[in-house]
Amino acid sequence: MRISRNNKSIDKPSQVEVDLSRIDKLIQKYKGKKGNMIPLLQGAQEIFGFLPRKVFEKISLETGLELSEMYGVATFYAQFRMAPVGRHIIKVCHGTACHVQNAKEISEALEEALKIKDGETTRDRFFTLESVACLGCCSLAPVMMIGGQAYGKLTGNESVKIVKTIRIAESN
Amino acid sequence: MTKTTVTVGLGSCGIAAGASKTFQKIKDLKETENIDFELRKTSCIGMCYREPLVEIVDETGTYLYGDINEDRAIEVIEKHINQHDPIREYIVYTDLFDAPENYFIESQVKIVLRNCGYIDPESIEEYEARKGYNAIREIGENKISREAVIQTVLDSGIRGRGGGGFPTGMKWKFANANKSPEKYVICNADEGDPGAFMDRSVLEGDPHSVLEGMIIAGYAIEATQGVIYCRAEYPLAITRLNIAIQQAHQKGYLGVNIFGIEGFNFDIYIKEGAGAFVCGEETALIASIEGERGMPRKRPPFPASSGLWKNPTNINNVETFANIPWIMINGAAAYAVYGTEKSKGTKVFALAGKVKNSGLVEVPMGVTINDVIFRLGGGIKQDKKFKAVQLGGPSGGCIPEYLSDTIVDYDSVNATGAIMGSGGMVVMDETTCMVDVAKFFLDFTRKESCGKCTFCRMGTMRMLEILERITNGKGAEDDLSKLEELAYQIKDNSLCGLGQTAPNPVLTTIKYFRDEYEAHIFHKKCPAKVCRPLLTYTVDEEKCTGCMVCLKNCPAKAITGERKKLHYIDQEICTKCGVCFSKCKFESIVLS
Ligand SMILES: Cc1cc2nc3c(=O)[nH]c(=O)nc-3n(C[C@H](O)[C@H](O)[C@H](O)COP(=O)(O)O)c2cc1C
Ligand code: FES
Repeated sequence: MRISRNNKSIDKPSQVEVDLSRIDKLIQKYKGKKGNMIPLLQGAQEIFGFLPRKVFEKISLETGLELSEMYGVATFYAQFRMAPVGRHIIKVCHGTACHVQNAKEISEALEEALKIKDGETTRDRFFTLESVACLGCCSLAPVMMIGGQAYGKLTGNESVKIVKTIRIAESN
Repeated sequence: MTKTTVTVGLGSCGIAAGASKTFQKIKDLKETENIDFELRKTSCIGMCYREPLVEIVDETGTYLYGDINEDRAIEVIEKHINQHDPIREYIVYTDLFDAPENYFIESQVKIVLRNCGYIDPESIEEYEARKGYNAIREIGENKISREAVIQTVLDSGIRGRGGGGFPTGMKWKFANANKSPEKYVICNADEGDPGAFMDRSVLEGDPHSVLEGMIIAGYAIEATQGVIYCRAEYPLAITRLNIAIQQAHQKGYLGVNIFGIEGFNFDIYIKEGAGAFVCGEETALIASIEGERGMPRKRPPFPASSGLWKNPTNINNVETFANIPWIMINGAAAYAVYGTEKSKGTKVFALAGKVKNSGLVEVPMGVTINDVIFRLGGGIKQDKKFKAVQLGGPSGGCIPEYLSDTIVDYDSVNATGAIMGSGGMVVMDETTCMVDVAKFFLDFTRKESCGKCTFCRMGTMRMLEILERITNGKGAEDDLSKLEELAYQIKDNSLCGLGQTAPNPVLTTIKYFRDEYEAHIFHKKCPAKVCRPLLTYTVDEEKCTGCMVCLKNCPAKAITGERKKLHYIDQEICTKCGVCFSKCKFESIVLS
């Protein structure tokens, strides 16, 4: 049933303002190509950080892809997001190796420190907390990844410290 | 005199352990102090538990240093390079004397990982210097026929390393038999098993070997296009593959009439996965490349007759492809020397979990699980008691300690109820609860089920509900028989491998750890002390200092006590959330 690991409810029509011209090039590149739906959605998400409703509508209008099919694909794959995310996405691994080495502690510590639940974004839009299945660094379990950088052999306290350091470094 | 080289391991695991900083430090030192040595990069050598790793090769020999952070890097460069005085204490492997990890390196047979940790993965020249692209070049120069190539693969006995274990040569033969102007070779780099990282290491460490394997397959089945379907969680692998593809283009190894073979036009592109475990299944993977939801299709038709865009398609795993150039150069017989009667060659395992030496190992098929975990893996962390090892991820099962002399080959592992899978080996000790592990995998497959088959979609959910009940202390007497009944129904009535194997983690844990399930159900106890609702939290009178930290943090306000006086947990109010346990600095909260 593809229960998504992140929030998949789409924004209301007027909720999000986006500059739609930013995807013109992308549409040009993939229009009419076979198998273009996933690259289009991936490209749009790359630009906006998530997939706003208006982007679906524009892609559908200009390429002829069905809205229902696009929504089907976007909700099927874990990668696609329908809600804006924070500047940093914290991916806490809950793969097998991390699970048996107490990944839960990391998530719980971060949830408490950031005052958000799994899948949510802090109010200042700084961090989004996500759980993922295996980052491929199992030998360093438990692991989390922030912006492509993996941090291994964590404890709850250490993970909180790392996140705090990032916040301090960037708010100066 | 040979020039001294200093090589830093920069795979994902090394970088996570701080190898980039180590590399930068050494680079700075070299430049500021103008020290004469060659600084190189390589990828994962498999010894992830000793990262960051720095290897120094000088005229006296090879020295591999482990756990080299920035400070130690300064020390090593100063002593070893400047004063010619190696620091014995940091050396983990050397060809000169007995070092702690000599056994780890020397007891492996490296075919797939032949270049990983030795070459710079971003340099095609370094790959070529180690016989890279020789296999396909010889095929072109000696005009070896497609049939002969396929025969060599058949004779080697290699079976697919993606989990199914289907003979690779047979697959190629079928794909070759189906004629069509357009044919595809797909490399399955989706590596979905959560707890496995062999493919990632190969892609990051030796991307050209995968490309060469694909080119050979492309030649053998007359394909026109290759596609690598790689999971997006592996950014470094994708970057290095892209570099490798570009280099291969520049050298004319991809494109038209390659390797002097008239009419052999072959190119490769990368398709990034979008995050769905089921896309590792070959028909779902094809659907995903076609831009659809990754839902498996009925087989037959098999991809060999109707695959991508309905054209004949050959799909193999990363590790399968990485083996192929070696087999071509060294011959089928050299490969078949390793392994057992029905499982030839070597297998790469990703050792993780509660094992001391977690990392990558490549061993001949037929060694025992004990060998891998205790000899190569160094045993269990903190010398706890070994309980079980999980093989095959969500499709596999747990093999208990008393069966650890099982040999690793497809058939022996299957006989235990687990599967060989792609090579993830997660080691569990006495502090791992097997019911919790079963629940973990079922939660995974339930989320990842594509939803097409009712038994897989609903059945896994029902099974999960039962397991949740059991771990919450509400298990009923007939829950085990219900689990088993559901398990067989799901296995029998699902279309693809995901559903057909999803119950395996539950079935194997019931088979081997029934007593643990029963402790949960009948005695409401979790012997491994993992399932929180089944534990009681009490205060150790000896250790409690009365610091009030637990009291302040208890969300249920179940703790009473005064400063510097013994605290007390009211069992009626306690919600067993575990906050006091993790907050207490004096280990005075006792679980029982
Ligand atoms: C649910 C499911 C997930 C799979 N995931 C993978 C995977 O991540 N990587 C892989 O190589 N094969 C995976 N497979 C196996 C593939 O379907 C296919 O058998 C394999 O890629 C063939 O390559 P091989 O013959 O070289 O093993 C999966 C199969 C199933 C049913
Ligand atoms: S299980 Fe966490 S990185 Fe693999």
